[in-house]
Amino acid sequence: MGRKMTPAKVCTYVVLSVWALTTLYPFVWVILNSFREKGLIRKDSFSIPLPGGGFTMDNYAKAMDRFDFANAYFNSLIVSVSVTVVVVILAGLAAYGLVRYRFRLRGVCYSLIMAGMMFPVFSTIIPVFRMEAAWGIASSGNRWLSLLAVILPQIAGNLCFATIVLMGFIESVPIELEESAYVDGCHVFQVYFHIIMPAAKSSFATVAIFSFLWSYNDLFTQNFFLRVPREKTITLLLNEISSQAGVDYGLMAASVVLIVIPVLAVYVMLQKHIIKGLTAGAIKG
Amino acid sequence: MNSSSTLYKKKGPLVVFLVPAFLFLILYLYYPFVQNIINSFSDITGLGAPAQGLNDPWWANYATLFTDPKLRTALGNTVILTVCTVVFQVGIALVLALLVDSIRVGAQLFRTLYFFPIVISATALGLMFNLIFLYNGGMLNQLLANLGLIGKNIDWKDTDHFMFTMLTPVMWQYVGFYFVILVTGLNNIPQDLYEAAALDGCVGLNKVRYVTLPLLRNVLCTCLVLAVTGALKVFDLPWVMFGAGMPQDRGWLTGTYMYDQTFNRGNVDYGSAIAMLIVVLGVVLSNVANRVFKPRNDL
Repeated sequence: MGRKMTPAKVCTYVVLSVWALTTLYPFVWVILNSFREKGLIRKDSFSIPLPGGGFTMDNYAKAMDRFDFANAYFNSLIVSVSVTVVVVILAGLAAYGLVRYRFRLRGVCYSLIMAGMMFPVFSTIIPVFRMEAAWGIASSGNRWLSLLAVILPQIAGNLCFATIVLMGFIESVPIELEESAYVDGCHVFQVYFHIIMPAAKSSFATVAIFSFLWSYNDLFTQNFFLRVPREKTITLLLNEISSQAGVDYGLMAASVVLIVIPVLAVYVMLQKHIIKGLTAGAIKG
Repeated sequence: MNSSSTLYKKKGPLVVFLVPAFLFLILYLYYPFVQNIINSFSDITGLGAPAQGLNDPWWANYATLFTDPKLRTALGNTVILTVCTVVFQVGIALVLALLVDSIRVGAQLFRTLYFFPIVISATALGLMFNLIFLYNGGMLNQLLANLGLIGKNIDWKDTDHFMFTMLTPVMWQYVGFYFVILVTGLNNIPQDLYEAAALDGCVGLNKVRYVTLPLLRNVLCTCLVLAVTGALKVFDLPWVMFGAGMPQDRGWLTGTYMYDQTFNRGNVDYGSAIAMLIVVLGVVLSNVANRVFKPRNDL
């Protein structure tokens, strides 16, 4: 392929750049306006706010002051990290068992997992709530129990996807490695931890990232179980801000930026794994 | 396949591998799902309230499904959403994927940019789009006014425009998802097939028509099934942007309507029936999509 720019090539780049602009510009616009002085947003939202020309940090100061972001980040992290850790462990074990063993109920188990991806959260959340309320976890007034009440259904919700993605990758690990380790006297659990997990490391990373993001971004389940202010996660806080900020658009913009930044950081650092994992799962399924 | 390994003859450890995960699935997916079916036949007046026996007649909620005008609106909107998803999301994604596949420089950058909206929570996106579609001084109205295209502000959430305002963010967010799937599919097409086609004089759009698309059919089918089932579950973005059925009960989707019935109106049993409808539609539609698009000779 030459380096020549043919008209067709120019068109290609123009079209691609236009779409890239539509994905990027809204975020840039929000970030710019989060630094803009109150009242200017609605008149002139496209210029770059400069010091002395409408630039301000007030929106962030106000957001931090009026809403407890630190506490919300903390709650979000507790929930999402717990979900991620448990999903990776359970899905890894289940995927390994399903891929390598041949047993009578294997087909049934596989179908159960596939079908599990079909259920919308809507159809399970009410019975889950009642069940957890009966156990004394949900709406108990205790912050840690409430967080646990969110963590458990979120684990179940991510488990099927994670298992399917991991199955695809574990299948591609050459079985000879495992057999020779067995001949050398390794137990099957040693095989799992010393051969399978390292070999499928990147897919475990993908599953972890996705469980984390989905848990962090989920509104429906969290909204359902976490009602008290000190239990609020970052997504719920944002939801609350949107109903309270009214016409303070600078405050809204600043809050959006504050919630997006951690995700943005994760995405930029790990985007290779993210894209790889999602497509692998989708194509296998 | 690899069933003969001696390592996996002893089935004891299988319990440790499978039981924890399936315990979760049964307790948190299958038991609630069955319970949900029972709920949809029962009379439940509040979230915490126990069922007060069966409905009279027991299928009452399902009869209501057919006569409820708001549900009809919700279904209609969801159908429009589904069609738009298939046409625009998958369509735009396919065009972008084909274009990115034809370039070398910057392909990775475009992938990163296109996929980005998916990792952002719908709550944040909903707020962002609220700012963009704002009546007084939102980004879109300012832009159009600056370009001199509109004399006075457009109310993007009124009855004439709400469909556009509701669908655009949903479409926009997930184009990147299908894009990445399709690009991966394109990468899996062996290069020598293109070379052979080029020798036969098949280039440009013909190459796309006769080589790429047929080979991509499986992946496209996966995309369509995902798009159809995904459209039924859309909730967060429209909920943050429109809330309960705005404007004037015309903006319902199956997801938002089910949520509103259950949590705001205490119609728990009816909400369960709507949830069942969503599941059934999802299964039926994805099967139809599979039948229609799946090539016969694969597997």
